Amino acid sequence: MLRFILRRVLLAIPSLFGLLVLTFFLVRVVPADPATALAGENATPAQIAAIRHEYGFDQPLYKQFVVYLGQVARFDFGESAYSRRPVSLDIKQRLPATLELTITSLLLGTFLGIPLGTIAAVYHNRWPDITLRILSVAGVAIAAFWFAIELQLLFSMELDWLPLRGRLSSSMDAPPLVTGFMLIDSLLAGRWDAFTDTLHHLILPAMTLSLGGLATIARFTRAGVLETLQRDFVTYARAQGVPSRVLIWKYVLKNSIVAALTQIGLLFGGLIAGAVVVETIFDWPGIGFYTVQAILTADYKVILGVTVVIGVIYAAVNILVDLIHGLVDPRLREQL
Amino acid sequence: MSAPLLDIQTMRLSVKTDEGMAQILDHVALTLPRGRILGLVGESGCGKSTLVRAVLGILPRGATVDSGHILFENEDLLRLSEQELAKRIRGSRIGFIPQDPYLALNPVFTVGDQLLSVMRWHAPAPPGVTGRRARMRHHRERLVELLRRVQIPEPEAVLDRYPHQFSGGQRQRLMIAGALACSPRLVIADEPTTALDVTTQLQILKLLKSLVAEFDISMLFVTHDFGVVAQLCDDITVMYAGQTVESGPTAAVLADPQHPYTQALLACHPDRAQSLLGIPGRVPSPLNAPPGCRYAPRCPHAIDDCTRRAPHFAETGAGHLVNCRLAETQPEAA
Amino acid sequence: MLVLKKFAKDKPAVLGLIIVLIVIFVAIFAPLLAPYPGDVSASHLLRRLKPPTWAYPFGSDNLGRDIFSRVILGTRGALMIATTVVGLAMVIGVPLGLLGGYYIGWGSEFIMRVTDMFLAVPQLILALALAQLMTPSIESAMLALTLTYWPFFTRIVYAETRRLKNALFIDALQCMGASVPRILFLHILPNCISSIIVRATIGMGFTILMAAVLGFLGMGATPPDPDWGLAISESRQYLPDSWWFATFPGLAIFFTVLGFNMLGDGLRDIVDPRLRRSR
Repeated sequence: MLRFILRRVLLAIPSLFGLLVLTFFLVRVVPADPATALAGENATPAQIAAIRHEYGFDQPLYKQFVVYLGQVARFDFGESAYSRRPVSLDIKQRLPATLELTITSLLLGTFLGIPLGTIAAVYHNRWPDITLRILSVAGVAIAAFWFAIELQLLFSMELDWLPLRGRLSSSMDAPPLVTGFMLIDSLLAGRWDAFTDTLHHLILPAMTLSLGGLATIARFTRAGVLETLQRDFVTYARAQGVPSRVLIWKYVLKNSIVAALTQIGLLFGGLIAGAVVVETIFDWPGIGFYTVQAILTADYKVILGVTVVIGVIYAAVNILVDLIHGLVDPRLREQL
Repeated sequence: MSAPLLDIQTMRLSVKTDEGMAQILDHVALTLPRGRILGLVGESGCGKSTLVRAVLGILPRGATVDSGHILFENEDLLRLSEQELAKRIRGSRIGFIPQDPYLALNPVFTVGDQLLSVMRWHAPAPPGVTGRRARMRHHRERLVELLRRVQIPEPEAVLDRYPHQFSGGQRQRLMIAGALACSPRLVIADEPTTALDVTTQLQILKLLKSLVAEFDISMLFVTHDFGVVAQLCDDITVMYAGQTVESGPTAAVLADPQHPYTQALLACHPDRAQSLLGIPGRVPSPLNAPPGCRYAPRCPHAIDDCTRRAPHFAETGAGHLVNCRLAETQPEAA
Repeated sequence: MLVLKKFAKDKPAVLGLIIVLIVIFVAIFAPLLAPYPGDVSASHLLRRLKPPTWAYPFGSDNLGRDIFSRVILGTRGALMIATTVVGLAMVIGVPLGLLGGYYIGWGSEFIMRVTDMFLAVPQLILALALAQLMTPSIESAMLALTLTYWPFFTRIVYAETRRLKNALFIDALQCMGASVPRILFLHILPNCISSIIVRATIGMGFTILMAAVLGFLGMGATPPDPDWGLAISESRQYLPDSWWFATFPGLAIFFTVLGFNMLGDGLRDIVDPRLRRSR
């Protein structure tokens, strides 16, 4: 088990390194003169030179890259040009908000998508299946930002059921910071009011974000279950009188879930990208919102830092998915 | 003679396909007396597997039974609902041994989990044993006993292993134990030795033969191999393109086949083939099949009447039935 | 013909094709179909933010422009971006996939590593970062999207080429002395065409969505373009009173993407026999 994790981590290193090269290349090499861009339009040549020196742009590229690698290894990405705070601190404060949102969405997508996909497969080509097929195609065709706005229009502005934006009502005191996950922190502090308030704030963003994932997971579960249903062991189990309820929800589902699991790993990248949009619309204080700000203001240290963090999370999620794979499929477990 | 354990008569079944209705089974008849082993022989695609599925009530969607009955212990299985079949026929009174033991076990659950779950639903518990825990312990003990009987080494440890950790022969032994686990009256074996190598095949056949007597069961043994039938079966039923062509005691049928198809098939068997020639012509499509004998287009003795005449069985010897125009005139001649 | 028959049976795919054809038709004849083709840049402050009426079926926006006309005119931009991006991505990605799959060595290894690297970053974030490097405009958005989309083509073509490379007919061609470009483009490429078409169709939908996001975040189309994403972004200040402002451009995105996705799914079912069975 430990060896498996270690090997996967080692395997992830080359692609992470590639990611570093790519982002470094994009933000430091491609722009003609990053110092001019950073200094702003009205900067004097002296100011530009000072910035150039401060950021190390006067050093040869390979030296800059080595320095950069050293910083990454220490998770020290320098100071944001925009907020004037250390990037790693900003990320540390904002990451839990994003994770809270993405994990909630992923759970929502998984725990709705798998049963829905299974039901569709069991009722293959009958109305539950057809309905789900239409909905799942529609689910990936909807622009998340538009869907979010329509949800706001309906549930916040028109019906006034759910808050429009933010993570916690401004009238509410935040629970003491422990994990950074508002739901967990409010429970730890025994603040039921803060917990329900956070939950209310979470509903619309999580709904928006889970939409695409839900549709994808449902589709892949459906395809997986349909494929499994044609396998010989299903016929055998039926021939041996295993009730169809048990057959489907225990024996078939566990086999089919492998396909859906792989998708969940891939989806996480999409979720993070989706968080960029969703956080912007719902003023969610996470790293997605932060990334957009950084990109819009060419805050390159933030861009580099965020990319590295996202890359690491992405790799970690995929390793986790492989691990769960192994737990589900005993043939793979021996490789663990 | 008491009523047979399994009695199928005038069974017709069709399946809806993209190209129209296909008549998969046409006037199939089959009788299995208690305590005997019946070999159901035919080429692949002749409807053997569909017939087995019909008995177990696990026909694919789109298949409809047009006529006939399947009497099992004097009860027509075709009249039972899915719930009743699942509850008191499949697994409990009819055990099943699948064709390919490599594919029949679910790869992501332990063998014990899969075999015991069948027992949990269907195996009877002795009167003294009550409570879920005690019942499961009883089932477990019985399963271990069975595994030992089918010669699986270390039967206790085996339950916690996964299917891929067994060889083909061992898996088929597991399947046999699974089929016997709930004390069935009938065991259906669907080409249980086809996927195995020859030496293993022989061992499994011997095992099956001894188990039939020991557990007081009857067996429907589906195969395409006359050699296997000769070794194992008391009776034989030959099918061709969805029709029963001949049935009777194994010795009688093998020694004196009456139907031209049986004759041709036996002549093709490698053990006794004079030449390597197959049967000329092709198996007809079950789509828009003619009403009469389906072998007629390939039959050297066919006359016009063969394709029109409704299938009908003539008895040519004790229990030896032949569905052929030629046989109808023979008793007088003989 | 069998393929056509199979396709005709797949109702969602046919519906997708119909939607796509309608969208293309609207894009071509947009200036003729739009009731107020001048509303690309005009402004009529007297009738701003009016709810839908018969004269203005989708209402009017913050500058009094007819949203119906602008949605119709926006079709052109969306399709233009999508075809350019997918086309360019194909031009970059397909040859790289052929080369990477055909040759074995550090060169092809390098191509595939770079491909994986691009695929490892969420497309949207990469596109945003790339678009930021250039001044925000439709052109830079298209370039950024192209640079994020080519690896998808490389991946499929690579896999297909690897599979075919050892096929007997390729061996035979090599023995007869056929040149490498000839083998690649005349013999291997035609075998990849069907999967490329499927990917391109799905890519059209994906690109339209992405372009809309870029427009929404202010990294793509610039005012006064009748861009759907941009319109939704502009509408945010006027919510909830002017619900029509955001709703109709969003529906336009939805139906266009839906059409391409349903068509792509249908095509994939025909091309990929394994998935076809599960339908």
